[in-house]
Amino acid sequence: MTRLPVAPKPPLRRFHQARWDEPIVFELSTPGSRGIGVPEVDPAIGATIGDDATLPAAIRRENPPALPELAQPQVLRHYVRLSQENLGADFNIDVGQGTCTMKYSPKVNEVVIRDPRLYDTHPCQDPATAQGTLEIVHRLERMLAEISGMDAVSVQPAAGSAAIWANVSMIRAYHASRGEGEQRDEIITTIFSHPSNAACAKTAGYKVITLHPDEHGYPDLAALRAALSDRTAALLITNPEDTGIYNPRIAEFVAAVHEVGGLACYDQANANGILGITRARDAGFDLCHFNLHKTFSTPHACGGPAAGACGVTEALEPFLPGPVVVRDDDGTYRLDADRPQSIGKVSPFYGVIPNIVRAYTWIMTMGAEGLREVAEIAALNNNYLAQKILQIPGASMGYPETDARIEQIRYTWQELTEQTGISTEQIGWRAADFGVHYWSSHHPFVIPEPFTLEPTESYSRGELDEYAAIIAEVAREAREDPETVRTAPHRSTVHLTGHEDFDDPARWAVTWRAYLRKYPGAGVRS
Amino acid sequence: MSHPYIPNAVPAVKAAMLEAIGLSSTEELYRAIPAALRMDRPLDLPAPARSEAELLRHVRGILARNVSTQDTLSFLGGGTFPHHVPAVVDEVINRGEFLTAYAGEPYEDHGRFQALFEYCSQMAELLELDVVNVPVYDGFQAAATALRMAGRLTGRRDVVTVGAIGADKRSRIDDYVAGALDIVAIPPARNGTIDRAAVRAVIDENVAAIYVETPDYHGVLHTEIAALADMAHDVGAELVVSCDPISLGVVASPATLGADIVCGDIQSLGVHQWFGGGHGGYIAVRDDPRYVMELPSRLFGIAATTVPGEYGFGDVAYERTSFAVREEGKEWVGTAAALWGIAAAVYLSLMGPAGMSEVGETILAHTRYAIKGLAGVPGLAVPSEHAPHFREFVVDVSETGRNTADWIATGRSVGIEPGIALDAARLLVCVTEIHSKADIDRLTELFAAPPHPARHGSAAAVTAAVAAVAAAATPAATEGSAR
Repeated sequence: MTRLPVAPKPPLRRFHQARWDEPIVFELSTPGSRGIGVPEVDPAIGATIGDDATLPAAIRRENPPALPELAQPQVLRHYVRLSQENLGADFNIDVGQGTCTMKYSPKVNEVVIRDPRLYDTHPCQDPATAQGTLEIVHRLERMLAEISGMDAVSVQPAAGSAAIWANVSMIRAYHASRGEGEQRDEIITTIFSHPSNAACAKTAGYKVITLHPDEHGYPDLAALRAALSDRTAALLITNPEDTGIYNPRIAEFVAAVHEVGGLACYDQANANGILGITRARDAGFDLCHFNLHKTFSTPHACGGPAAGACGVTEALEPFLPGPVVVRDDDGTYRLDADRPQSIGKVSPFYGVIPNIVRAYTWIMTMGAEGLREVAEIAALNNNYLAQKILQIPGASMGYPETDARIEQIRYTWQELTEQTGISTEQIGWRAADFGVHYWSSHHPFVIPEPFTLEPTESYSRGELDEYAAIIAEVAREAREDPETVRTAPHRSTVHLTGHEDFDDPARWAVTWRAYLRKYPGAGVRS
Repeated sequence: MSHPYIPNAVPAVKAAMLEAIGLSSTEELYRAIPAALRMDRPLDLPAPARSEAELLRHVRGILARNVSTQDTLSFLGGGTFPHHVPAVVDEVINRGEFLTAYAGEPYEDHGRFQALFEYCSQMAELLELDVVNVPVYDGFQAAATALRMAGRLTGRRDVVTVGAIGADKRSRIDDYVAGALDIVAIPPARNGTIDRAAVRAVIDENVAAIYVETPDYHGVLHTEIAALADMAHDVGAELVVSCDPISLGVVASPATLGADIVCGDIQSLGVHQWFGGGHGGYIAVRDDPRYVMELPSRLFGIAATTVPGEYGFGDVAYERTSFAVREEGKEWVGTAAALWGIAAAVYLSLMGPAGMSEVGETILAHTRYAIKGLAGVPGLAVPSEHAPHFREFVVDVSETGRNTADWIATGRSVGIEPGIALDAARLLVCVTEIHSKADIDRLTELFAAPPHPARHGSAAAVTAAVAAVAAAATPAATEGSAR
């Protein structure tokens, strides 16, 4: 048995996630340990200031914070172990997180940004010593203007939802500037657009009208027309929507909004399949936004930092967040803060610089031809994967009669769930045992028992086959061995976790100190 | 060459995949998009770099026009601060497992949940509050949301801000609360302190919150937090305090002084300056469901699993969020600044209670030493000299016969960034633990014995040097605009 040759690999890899059974960092504490030194006060400074730096008793901390005490190797080991208990896009077939465009984040971009001329620069230093950063901001904004067709772009927003907020804020400022701010108090969105469209509009004070799809999965044009009025401030819409369905009548939607004096704002979170194919401006949009951490390759970083970009037409340009980077005729870049109609700051300073540089670098590795190839292969991969997934008994896609999905698809396990009682959530838990991400969809589940796959351009045919085989295996288990699925995960870092305490204020514990307070005696190691 | 980032661009693979789905070209994948909306030309973008070597030459050619604060002597703060970032922090957060993970589910990204739970837990110890959120975008957003939380908690519209707030942060708050809250600002007295009578004069039953920063934008540590808490609570308002957590090894936590909602930025805790692009925000409250249910952000709770002794994690009170209930949630939640939270977790684990106390003492001492030095220079004044300061303070240069722009130019001519001009008379100066006595003495010397006027007014030394380097290094590819 232990002689060469080695037997062929089984069809599915025998994955097991790292399981360090790692304690909470507080449990690793040894009083007196230190992880790093701190510059001490120079005796000459001490002699000069005497007691003058001593804080008044009223604001002096009495007890040192009860932080853990660890030596440096133990801190490193602890957090590296936690890192291993993660499935980074660097090593999993990360196609299960539809709408989020989990593509390859190139390593050369990391080499570029780990440069003190970026990470050790200050936003208020002499602009003559920051020309490189300002140039990259400016160049990226011009590139994104071309990619969207819009006149002007700001990369100041810190993330996608922050860009949606900035767009809503500009919409509000635009109507206010025309004396229609009070009158236009409604924003329309669709149920298959990201929840932040609805939520940002509500936070900005708008009444939110959500359109539901027609029987083919398209946003309902008749419903839009019924909702439009002189109270309409804007339509916030994604296309293709999170179903992967491209709305071919999008220009009619935009025109209808314009007819009543509203603005049309395009959430381009799903732009990866249409780069160089069709543009926001071509459909008549007034505003749009991109997520640089989705379409433009910056890493997701466990949930940020991300970066967002707002694109607008000339009419909205005065309202962009400020200041803006401008290029003078002599090639010097400077910040223009003299923008009286600007909505002001949406982030500190000029945005998430590391991600702005990564996105610029990525576009500079792609060029126009490369971006179009990204889109075409993302769409090809999606349709190829679909053909595999739809062969799995019990899986189908939402609105199956509607043709032509672009870069992602929202599928449904409705049939499998009805037959086995296994939910999409449970399938996701079991998928973790095979080393892949899997996600259902945003709420509400308009398509029952949903799952949303977006394979992007970054995965090989073999990897797509492997992902489909994993999903097929879990579906088979749901029928033939449902207990294995119900009690999953088995090969992940942790096992099935109780959710009962998460919604009970008396029992939830959001921090270690709350846990120790609510459960006296817990956390003490034997 | 098939693009190295796009495996299925290999012609034979692409053809086979098309065949598998019954298509003859990728064009057919776009049959849903009307011809009128299709681009009929290639995007007008710069020619790409064909190799990593060419790419690095191009981008580094642009970056050659930057000068790092490692190569100057910088006293710039104003929200982005030059604190030391431990090597272990960068090692951990640059690992691909953390860097490239999605904000995944607990069974796939357990490590990320635990690391962020530990971030929140260590922040909770600093802040002495039991609930801390998973980071929001930055301290601006944290403050703006904290105020809207206060508005919802009280059902009131008025906010009174006390003390110095940066103009950019105020701009962000104004944009975010427009239509929901009205702000009355009580600026600090010239000596930096809070005028209690002025605050009391505007406090009434319409006030949702008093908002104060400590240290404030001018570096003043306010000694009146407890009094402000009483004033707020007397009229049923919330006290919202923004503070920099790096001060909390030595400064009393706002919660112990009566704050109801505490917020701020975490860049100081292990995140580089990044030209102002390395920020994350925290919001902390007591473990009271009335407050907790107003937080828009994700909260990670610890939980039991089916295996004894194993820690699981998940979302606490998820139904608050816009992820769960769209516009019926509290404001919104989305991808924000998780990795900076992990950086802060590593930073705090390295520092421990003693490290946080020491860094606080060093910064207090350096700040006081710099104040003493500059206040002693003829013509300079530090109007708030007698107030306690942390890390920053305001210098008034108006009696020197030169304005702040002039002093900044003078400093730059010898490689010093002396501070941020608040206006023509006032300079905001920042010192941290990374500055040495010699560094601070150089700053004092700059004002006490400025370089000869002949040098000042000619091309600034640093700028000229940079221009020379950049001219030599910038390849032709960077010429012209992006299009």
